[in-house]
Amino acid sequence: MNVQVPRINRIPFFFKNQNLMTSCGLLFFIIITFITIIGPFIIPNEPFTANMAERLAPPSSAYPLGTDHMGRCIFSRLIVGAQSTLGITALVVVTVALIGIPIGLVIGYIGGRMDTLFMRIADGILALPEFILAIAIAGFLGPSLTNLMISIVFVKWIAYTRVVRSIVITERNKDYVLAAKVGGSSNWKIIRRHMFPQIVSPVLVLATLDIGKVILTISSLSYLGLGAQPPAPEWGAMLNDGRPYFQSAPELMIYPGLAIFFVVLAFNLMGEGLRDKWDVKSR
Amino acid sequence: MLHVNSISKTYHSKPALSDISLYVHAGESIGIIGESGSGKSTLGKIILGLEKPDQGDVHFRGSNLHTLKGQALKAFRRHLQIVFQDPAGSLNPKLPVWKSVVEPLENYPDVIPSFLKEVRHDRKKMAEVLFQKVGLSPELLERYPHQLSGGQKQRIAVARGISLEPDLLVCDEPTSSLDVSVQAQVLNLLKKLQRDLNLSFLFISHDIAAVQFMCERIVVLKDGILVDAFLTNELFSASRHPYTKMLVEMSMEQDR
Repeated sequence: MNVQVPRINRIPFFFKNQNLMTSCGLLFFIIITFITIIGPFIIPNEPFTANMAERLAPPSSAYPLGTDHMGRCIFSRLIVGAQSTLGITALVVVTVALIGIPIGLVIGYIGGRMDTLFMRIADGILALPEFILAIAIAGFLGPSLTNLMISIVFVKWIAYTRVVRSIVITERNKDYVLAAKVGGSSNWKIIRRHMFPQIVSPVLVLATLDIGKVILTISSLSYLGLGAQPPAPEWGAMLNDGRPYFQSAPELMIYPGLAIFFVVLAFNLMGEGLRDKWDVKSR
Repeated sequence: MLHVNSISKTYHSKPALSDISLYVHAGESIGIIGESGSGKSTLGKIILGLEKPDQGDVHFRGSNLHTLKGQALKAFRRHLQIVFQDPAGSLNPKLPVWKSVVEPLENYPDVIPSFLKEVRHDRKKMAEVLFQKVGLSPELLERYPHQLSGGQKQRIAVARGISLEPDLLVCDEPTSSLDVSVQAQVLNLLKKLQRDLNLSFLFISHDIAAVQFMCERIVVLKDGILVDAFLTNELFSASRHPYTKMLVEMSMEQDR
């Protein structure tokens, strides 16, 4: 019997071409980084001062995206907000990696009681939903950007520790580690010289894919009022500010929402691309 | 030089080695023959101090290897080196191979092997000399393991094994993962290095012909028990243990 195979040609070229998608992610990432760095020097208006006479103004040459409920330039606030959102994200991801990677390397390599102890702690933390736990900790510590970061780091380090630990456990019994031991290398040297290079690419992939999630978490917590405090222009906080005007002036929420959406998308595209490139199995 | 005294080792309540004793003199080569699962590799690991025996002890130059710790153990390790069976697994895939070769020399800055006297200060040069010693071109120094053939990788593992000019080199099936044509080359290389450096070999293999070529004495392991020990030229003697005879016959049949 002749079976008609349905042709799957409906997917646009862009979405089939992984390289192109990765490149787009990378390009977008470069643009965002550039804007974030030079942002404060190019903004058309002062982002903090309220100007009630101009509140909720439509887009104009003076205010490219209009003004918000306090008469502040939305465009300027978005660009300055990129600094807090992305800066905090970078700081969180770096801190998490700096905590999670060494713990994973050491407990994976040494094993035994240390390993059991840390993994039980991790199980305990993982037993609660990540986001709820972050809310609880941030709420407990009090609303501020520092506490927000602490709470996210607290729930995130485990993922890194687990990935690193699992790689180290599969690698540590291979012959090249035994050969290094016979050659007189100390445990510390084996971890540094032989274990560390094995984890670099998987951790980079994990971190890139994680950035999107961290941005969302920061924005969500800020939206709930647990992160950046007014008048600081953080994207999540801006969403929250615009919430009461959702019906009359939806652009107050649409612009920061789109900013979050595109940045997260860029990082996810990049992360997926790296994962394919380095052939890291999804864990 | 090396004395192994009635060693026993049990894995998961299954005996891997029971009551094994053997000795190796300086400059002498001992072959250990046995089928897979006979405990050959475990014996090698115990002799290198990578695993502890449940009973018995290993004396190297008068010191009990398994009571040594820290610096004292490290000082002894330099005299005992190894070449593993699978060269792909014994080299770190993420390091250029020359770094694997000179790693032992980094760990023992005080050791100055006779063939590295002039270049001891320069890691790259030491790697070059070692590459020459095992018949490899210096062009391969910067390569990664996956860019090399099995024979080349095994030569690199040998270079690492001799880098500290050890007294004893444990060769754990050094040729069994290689093509037949390459096997002979590696065996010839080992034989030559043994003569040049006055090495002792503990040559672990299931390939009787290779052991016969390399070693002066042979011991036979079966299920963790030492069943036979003899000089190589007595391999075909009528007084051999029946198991040894069987292994010899099997290897002859394969050759035919």
